[in-house]
Amino acid sequence: MVPPLPTAGFGILHFAFCTLHFALFGKLTCSFALLCLVSSSLHAADPAVLKAQAERIAVVDRVATTVVAIFAASGQGGGSGVLISPDGYALSNYHVTSGSGDFMKCGLNDGNLYDAVIVGIDPTGDVALLKLLGRDDFPHATFGDSDQVQVGDWTFAMGNPFLLATDFSPTVTYGIVSGVHRYQYPAGTILEYTDCIQVDTSINPGNSGGPLFNAAGELIGINGRGSFDKRGRVNSGAGYAISINQIKFFLDQLKSGRIVDHATLGATVRSGDDRTVVVDNILESSDAYRRGLREGDEIVSFAGRPIGSVNQFKNVLGIYPKGWTLPLVYRRDTQKQELYVQMRGLHRASELMPKQPGPPRGKPKPEEPEKKDEPEKGESPDGEKPKDAEEPKRPSAPPMNPHDSPAAEIPEAYKHLLEKKDGYINYYFNKLEQDRVLAGMASFDSWKTVAGRWKLTGKTSTDAAFTLTLADNGIGLSLPDSPYFQSLGENDGDAIDEPAGTGGLLIALHQMRLLLTKGREIFSDFYYLGSEPLDGQGDLVDVLISRKDGIETRWYFRKSDHAWLGFDSSLGSDVDPAEVRFLDFGTLNGQLMPTKFLARSGEKEFAVFTVETLDLAAGAN
Amino acid sequence: MRMQLVRILSIIAVLMLGCDFAAAQSSRETIASVSPKVVKIFGAGGIKQLYAYSTGFLVSPEGHIVTVWSHVLDSDAVTVVLADGRKFEGKVVGAEPQLDLAVLKIPAEGLPHFQLADASTASPGARVLGFSNMFKVAAGDEQVSVLHGVIAAKTTLAARRGVFEAPYHGPIYVVDAITNNPGSGGGVLTTWDGRLLGMIGKELRNAQTNTWLNYVIPISELSQPVEEIIAGKFTARRAADSEQEIDAASLDRFRPGDFGIVMLPDVVARTPAFIERVTLGSPAAQAGLRPNDLVLFVGEELVQSVRMLREELGRLESGGQLRLVVRRGDQLVTVELPIPRKED
Repeated sequence: MVPPLPTAGFGILHFAFCTLHFALFGKLTCSFALLCLVSSSLHAADPAVLKAQAERIAVVDRVATTVVAIFAASGQGGGSGVLISPDGYALSNYHVTSGSGDFMKCGLNDGNLYDAVIVGIDPTGDVALLKLLGRDDFPHATFGDSDQVQVGDWTFAMGNPFLLATDFSPTVTYGIVSGVHRYQYPAGTILEYTDCIQVDTSINPGNSGGPLFNAAGELIGINGRGSFDKRGRVNSGAGYAISINQIKFFLDQLKSGRIVDHATLGATVRSGDDRTVVVDNILESSDAYRRGLREGDEIVSFAGRPIGSVNQFKNVLGIYPKGWTLPLVYRRDTQKQELYVQMRGLHRASELMPKQPGPPRGKPKPEEPEKKDEPEKGESPDGEKPKDAEEPKRPSAPPMNPHDSPAAEIPEAYKHLLEKKDGYINYYFNKLEQDRVLAGMASFDSWKTVAGRWKLTGKTSTDAAFTLTLADNGIGLSLPDSPYFQSLGENDGDAIDEPAGTGGLLIALHQMRLLLTKGREIFSDFYYLGSEPLDGQGDLVDVLISRKDGIETRWYFRKSDHAWLGFDSSLGSDVDPAEVRFLDFGTLNGQLMPTKFLARSGEKEFAVFTVETLDLAAGAN
Repeated sequence: MRMQLVRILSIIAVLMLGCDFAAAQSSRETIASVSPKVVKIFGAGGIKQLYAYSTGFLVSPEGHIVTVWSHVLDSDAVTVVLADGRKFEGKVVGAEPQLDLAVLKIPAEGLPHFQLADASTASPGARVLGFSNMFKVAAGDEQVSVLHGVIAAKTTLAARRGVFEAPYHGPIYVVDAITNNPGSGGGVLTTWDGRLLGMIGKELRNAQTNTWLNYVIPISELSQPVEEIIAGKFTARRAADSEQEIDAASLDRFRPGDFGIVMLPDVVARTPAFIERVTLGSPAAQAGLRPNDLVLFVGEELVQSVRMLREELGRLESGGQLRLVVRRGDQLVTVELPIPRKED
């Protein structure tokens, strides 16, 4: 099913029955068609038709500048892509770049060939992000809203089918949207097209990775697949484009240089009676389970979309990255409940690693990938396989990366733009993004000189006085009802859920102290994840992740101004994290700090702390 | 002067065609009105090159559905999925194999449907939309796929053995949209404003050029038999095609059914002689034949297709024993059945 990279000598099997094809497009009415026949001696063409044609030509002229012809640096194979930013970020298919090496040559219709480097890959969604090099004023496409696309809309597909664009000017095909929200089963690989756009616009081998534009020239999808069953790898009237809205969700993740993963609920679903969708099996370790979802619950809506079939559910699930929190409405008996559920990863990291040469794209995978890592029927959900996604394990033999194409010659000037690391296709870009986001913490730099313990006093929202002490050997919180303590240090450092039910608030605050005083270097792992809606709502926020002594912390920053919003620290992957949200900042004792913050875990609020005084001891403790 | 003439002509044009044209529809509106009248059909098949799905369209509010006559309908009942996702069991109420036509009925009412009487015609160059269950892409309540194109030609399909193996002879529209796909047969071709033009024919390949023909049977060819089938007073046309003649001539001869055997539908040039079903209690059942047995020999004759099997059975005489060699899994099994007496 997947159009592979084209090779020379394709067979043209089109039925050549093209008689005169009236060039009547746009807002043509039937009365005009008739009139055309009646009065053909009077008129050559209707002005409205000429105008529509001129508009179409103008749109093509404008967007053709953004279309990329991708060639493997080795000169073998290639495909298409589209520029999306002036600094050269471009989208393509993973199945195009995976055969092209980490450095590629990219042609634009200005006739120039540019070097490009791989940035991030989404093997499941078949998306790759690359960066064209050498300019900061690249022409680029503007994103449309693919949820607004309707059947019957006119579309342009542009790209490099059959690698015809030897002068790099793209081939344009024109057609209508045949279907929306289509689900395409995985075709023998982990690759899965969900919620995609089906077009009768000709999509042929080589179009892969290229843009699908709407009539206004907005980017609505990335062409990547076709139903080629019977005509041998040429268009058969059904092409598929990955919706641009899905890619918007993944774009920051791709910019992180990581090999990104898709979401799964941690539960399987089946069709119930009367076109309902029912939870079939659920992992007790999943967030969905902790939030209260149970076997037999009927899923009413998911991520804001009504669910009436298993395919619809898969369509919605498939467009989100791992780790996102999404709203889910379920019905049990007659009661409806809304939850915000954090998604698990669909794959283990090892499954996402680019595969060894041989089988070209991934190994065969079960038909229903959402069953991956889920319990078998009758088996206890506790019997789940250990998940190592995101936790790069050291495999005995590191898998060979097809992006390390031996024939590819790396341009000397750009060698530094590629950095290899487990779990990443290009770690270089992760460092760039870390720097960008951490720029928002520059105003906290004075903490770097503070070595001793902190003592904070103030009041909680219930007007209870508190004292919070953060030191190298332990964290203490004293409230009127009782004291709480988390010991640290070499002898006695096991992280515990203290105060009980907070998800480990004290160890979480310790992570904050580490980040403020020691910076990212203190953590055993620190990286830029991408962006996600904070707590499942509102605008996307940038997410940094740190790991130290088994504690994973997600740090949240507003995208517009890098403002620090809060963080979540978890004691483990199967328990609710301690969540801290900053409500106000102020300067105490000369230090900028969060002076009002909310602490909660699960949906349970522990307290809102308002800090009134800060005492800093000199030296270590 | 010229502008005035144009204006007058356009007014005449609008008047001539009534209010249909006054409300020239956008393609979105057309699609929204046509899609609910098109249904997805799932039935027999699923073996290589035999797709178990096709398309149909509603022609009455009570659930009469026009579709192509194909192997998909070979099962006793087929599943019909409406545009809103509702599923019904469909039964064949009548067929005219010479027109590649079948009519199904589902137990429902108040359905959106095409009025056959309002069907239209169009000329080469007219813009059209095709609606079908191609490639089974649309699952559940997803709407069928829509293709656009123009009518490339109005011509006559002269099906000839060895070139186009189609029972249908008659006028067709040839379109430039790729309607010739798995599952598209039984779909509809409409004008840009949604008026019914014809039924998308089933897959048809020119064996000499290895090209596939995108063709549509005009509604005018179908509406009378459809109405007769619905009214329950339909009689099939006299067989004229040579294949039918063979069948007619072999009326008094033995056929698989006489032994309680149902063969795989004979739909490709050399359909392997697989047994699809064995009637309960029949001689075949008593002899131990099973579904999926592949018949290799009838008596001493090697049979390589369903057609050859039929020919061999047709040569049998009443009385005596019929010996069959079948392949079951990786075993060869020989069975003997009594040949029943035929009354002349």
